[in-house]
Amino acid sequence: MPNTVPAYGKEAAGRLASMADVTADDGALRRFLHGLPGVDAVGLQARAATLGTRSIKTTAKAYAIDLAISMIDLTTLEGADTPGKVRALCAKGVHPDPTDRTVPKVAAICVYPDMVATAKEALSGSGIHVASVATAFPAGRAALPVKLADTRDAVAAGADEIDMVIDRGAFLCGRYMEVFEEIKAVKEACARPDGSAAHLKVIFETGELETYDNVRRVSWLAMLAGADFIKTSTGKVAVNATPPVTLLMLEAVRDFHAATGVQVGVKPAGGIRTTKDAVKYLVMVNETLGEPWLTADWFRFGASSLLNDLLMQRQKLSTGRYSGPDYVTVD
Amino acid sequence: MSDRLSVLKTYKLYVGGKFPRSESGRVYEVTDCKGTWLANAPLASRKDARDAVVAARKAFGGWSGATAYNRGQILYRIAEMLEGRREQFIAEVADAEGLSKAKATAQVDAAIDRWVWYAGWSDKVAQITGGANPVAGPYFNLSSPEPTGVVAVLAPQDSSFLGLVSVIAPAVVTGNTVVVVTSEKSPLPALSLAEVLATSDLPGGVVNILSGRTAEIAAPLAAHQDVNALDLAGADAGLAKELETAAADNLKRVLRPEPADWSADPGTGRLLSFLETKTVWHPMGV
Amino acid sequence: MTSAFEYAPAPESRAVVDIAPSYGLFIDGEFAEGSDGKVFKTVSPANEEVLSEVAQASADDVDRAVKAARKAFEKWSALPGAERAKYLFRIARIIQERSRELAVLESLDNGKPIRESRDADLPLVAAHFFYYAGWADKLDHAGYGPHPRPLGVAGQVIPWNFPLLMLAWKIAPALATGNTVVLKPAETTPLSALFFADICRQAGLPKGVVNILTGDGSTGAALVAHPDINKVAFTGSTEVGKAIARTVAGTDKKVTLELGGKAANIVFDDAPIDQAVEGIVNGIFFNQGHVCCAGSRLLVQESVQDELLDALKRRMQTLRVGDPLDKNTDIGAINSAEQLARITALADAGEAEGAERWAPACELPGSGYWFAPTLFTGVTQAHRIAREEIFGPVLSVLTFRTPEEAVAKANNTPYGLSAGIWTEKGSRILWMANKLRAGVIWSNTFNKFDPTSPFGGYKESGYGREGGRHGLEAYLNV
Repeated sequence: MPNTVPAYGKEAAGRLASMADVTADDGALRRFLHGLPGVDAVGLQARAATLGTRSIKTTAKAYAIDLAISMIDLTTLEGADTPGKVRALCAKGVHPDPTDRTVPKVAAICVYPDMVATAKEALSGSGIHVASVATAFPAGRAALPVKLADTRDAVAAGADEIDMVIDRGAFLCGRYMEVFEEIKAVKEACARPDGSAAHLKVIFETGELETYDNVRRVSWLAMLAGADFIKTSTGKVAVNATPPVTLLMLEAVRDFHAATGVQVGVKPAGGIRTTKDAVKYLVMVNETLGEPWLTADWFRFGASSLLNDLLMQRQKLSTGRYSGPDYVTVD
Repeated sequence: MSDRLSVLKTYKLYVGGKFPRSESGRVYEVTDCKGTWLANAPLASRKDARDAVVAARKAFGGWSGATAYNRGQILYRIAEMLEGRREQFIAEVADAEGLSKAKATAQVDAAIDRWVWYAGWSDKVAQITGGANPVAGPYFNLSSPEPTGVVAVLAPQDSSFLGLVSVIAPAVVTGNTVVVVTSEKSPLPALSLAEVLATSDLPGGVVNILSGRTAEIAAPLAAHQDVNALDLAGADAGLAKELETAAADNLKRVLRPEPADWSADPGTGRLLSFLETKTVWHPMGV
Repeated sequence: MTSAFEYAPAPESRAVVDIAPSYGLFIDGEFAEGSDGKVFKTVSPANEEVLSEVAQASADDVDRAVKAARKAFEKWSALPGAERAKYLFRIARIIQERSRELAVLESLDNGKPIRESRDADLPLVAAHFFYYAGWADKLDHAGYGPHPRPLGVAGQVIPWNFPLLMLAWKIAPALATGNTVVLKPAETTPLSALFFADICRQAGLPKGVVNILTGDGSTGAALVAHPDINKVAFTGSTEVGKAIARTVAGTDKKVTLELGGKAANIVFDDAPIDQAVEGIVNGIFFNQGHVCCAGSRLLVQESVQDELLDALKRRMQTLRVGDPLDKNTDIGAINSAEQLARITALADAGEAEGAERWAPACELPGSGYWFAPTLFTGVTQAHRIAREEIFGPVLSVLTFRTPEEAVAKANNTPYGLSAGIWTEKGSRILWMANKLRAGVIWSNTFNKFDPTSPFGGYKESGYGREGGRHGLEAYLNV
């Protein structure tokens, strides 16, 4: 295995160049994606379920709770979002538990592009990233120039991270190169004038891709196109992140890393509401990718209500008694 | 009637679709129940038994892999061929068992009909013994019968033809191949049956027929590591125990001898005795 | 794999199970001392702690138990099927109620991880009783002709790898069909069968219908040879199976034997690799490899060998070996010192014969019987580790080039219990499944069990089937 380089860095592009043959044209890309090993659904689900039986107690649980908090992309993506709502969320992200300053801050605040500036200001100096959805989130049904403009706008407003959606329609009807080129174009749109770039998370909306084979293919497609993170879902459809889908994406990241040395992050989003769920995901990361991915740089939870459950569990661990919703803040 | 001197038949073994003499060069005298000489039959040796097992094993892949429809057609063809030589077998059975012509006729007719009965089973046995199993999980699960392999069959001693057919047909119809040891004192109908089998599209080696001393031939068959099952129909209690003990060495399936009325409805017991159940699982998911 | 995310110990509570310091034999509904007063100790293989002392049943005890079963047979077999069914349903329910207790007990006495005894053994035990309970009043419709009759008294001898599950496989169909039983659990794992005796008491099962005799091989031999049993059911080694077949030769006793295996787990280059790796791991490391149908021979297509072995080794590094009662343990203790010695000897033979040995770095506990999950590459059909059943967490890797070669190698064994096939090509699965001479074929999965699914082998893996409608035949006069 080659030395690891982060997908964020400049070296990653060079590594990807070594895979240029598989993305040289539509036919090559199709052959490559269809040549990936198949996924047996029942076996994948069974493995995810078995990992879900791990019993994480005491010190391990304390570690996992703080790690999970630090990995949250605390999210508000509502039509009713206002600057006030976003500022409140940012405050919560900085100090999740006002009574306990030992609680780690979250990884990022995730908002729509027009809220980026507000969030950026509210988070100034906190070290918390601003993540912005873009590319006509959540449906992604807009012309490419519109999607690129959406992205550039968010980056210009100060977004540290861009959560783009892929064109599921194009993917499902086999126009892989179109999806590939679009991700590359968005990645270019993430560049800042100073030569740095916003990190790109690519959302698959796995609930719409339906099959695990599709999830493995789209994971490779996105990583080949330069995704810094691959993300399951928008949170806006019926089926969002599930343990098997996330496990499969972790395996794709593992295999991509083995092939190229490029480290890519994973973000399950939507439907992860309890500490128990979050710990199951961390177990999957631990036993599939291991320690290098057990940081907010390489694993995130896209969530809103999860944080309060983590905080209540944290209070239980430190005080020995069960907490209640009145003892965590509602924002 | 003429004074013509008849042409006698040299009875031979039936191994691998061919008609060899015993490699030992031995024969024994076969008489009717009154002690009149009928013919000399080959006195098969343990090496003949060995050769027969090799032939049966060689034939197993093709025969067990043939379609059930094809096996059924071939068994039916055997009935057709026998029908044409009905008179010959009536005479042989009458001589062999000391039966009246009417009784011998009944035996031969029942034997022909038995081939027809078993021919029809070829493509139905899987449907009565196999099927889907509703396991508690996302799996397709199907059990189906497969032939056990090479079966050594000791044909009944007292029913030289109907009994013989009643033990060969149920074993071969499901895809097994057999090495048959004929009735010791009445081997001739069995050796003649070989001539019918050889002209019935039955692949060589599917049925191999040995005449001689049952105990002498059965011992190496029961101990043979490449024989999968043993039908002890023609063994007495003492021999049966000895052979079953030897058969344990490679865990042959053993069908113990039981008093039998070969003219009765055969049922499915014998048919199902030389089958293995194979169960295949596969996940169901997208 | 070392990680900042170290799982803290998560032991299942031992307090749910109360093991008495000593147990007698369960004959005619009562616990009684053995006739000659001999006893032996049963230990926890994880730390060699003595768990209890149990009676060693003598030939006289076997005779008493068979007499009790014979006496009980008359009424039990005459009971309407629906009534027998209700007893079995009761037993199934009580097992469900007491499943945590029984799971902990099984892990203590056997050494298997609590995750498996809790999630695999016990649910299957209850399901097995539930399944056969339903047959008890439907035997006329089971495809064995009208009014099939029970055989009488069944002598049943079971192994130590799945003590309670094997008991269920034996007792549930026997009772459903109207037989009564004398069952001997394995010498190293007698406790769950003795707890089962208590479940029979709670269920109100008539006296003598189930009799449990603890003891060693001599007890089993006396049971099998007893002139007044009508049926022998044995699960265990092929060697003992052959001895049993000799013992019953010339009698009227009906026999079923579930014996050894050396299953091929065949991986093609178009397999779903990640699931195949899980299947290989589950195939050989489930229950420490103490599984007769374990996928102990990995047959991997040469074109995918390197990729697969890399993935397999990586996966093996995440296996957690240790305290069977820790909920995060994947591989527990080897059941006995004797079995550990056998595994060790065969693994050493593998090395001596030139195969390459590999095991992940893992710390084994200081006391008890332990063996690290082990992989041998460069194995050929001629190696002992490719032919002999190791019955431990040791995988032999062989390669093949074509489907024909895979079939030839897979079938090249006196055994024929199970096999695995991994490929995404449906027609190839069916072709392979047809060619493999084994009683259970797992395609794109492995080591799956269900009470409705017949289980049993070809060739020297034994005869008869347990489970499903097929499993009834072994206990009926058909």
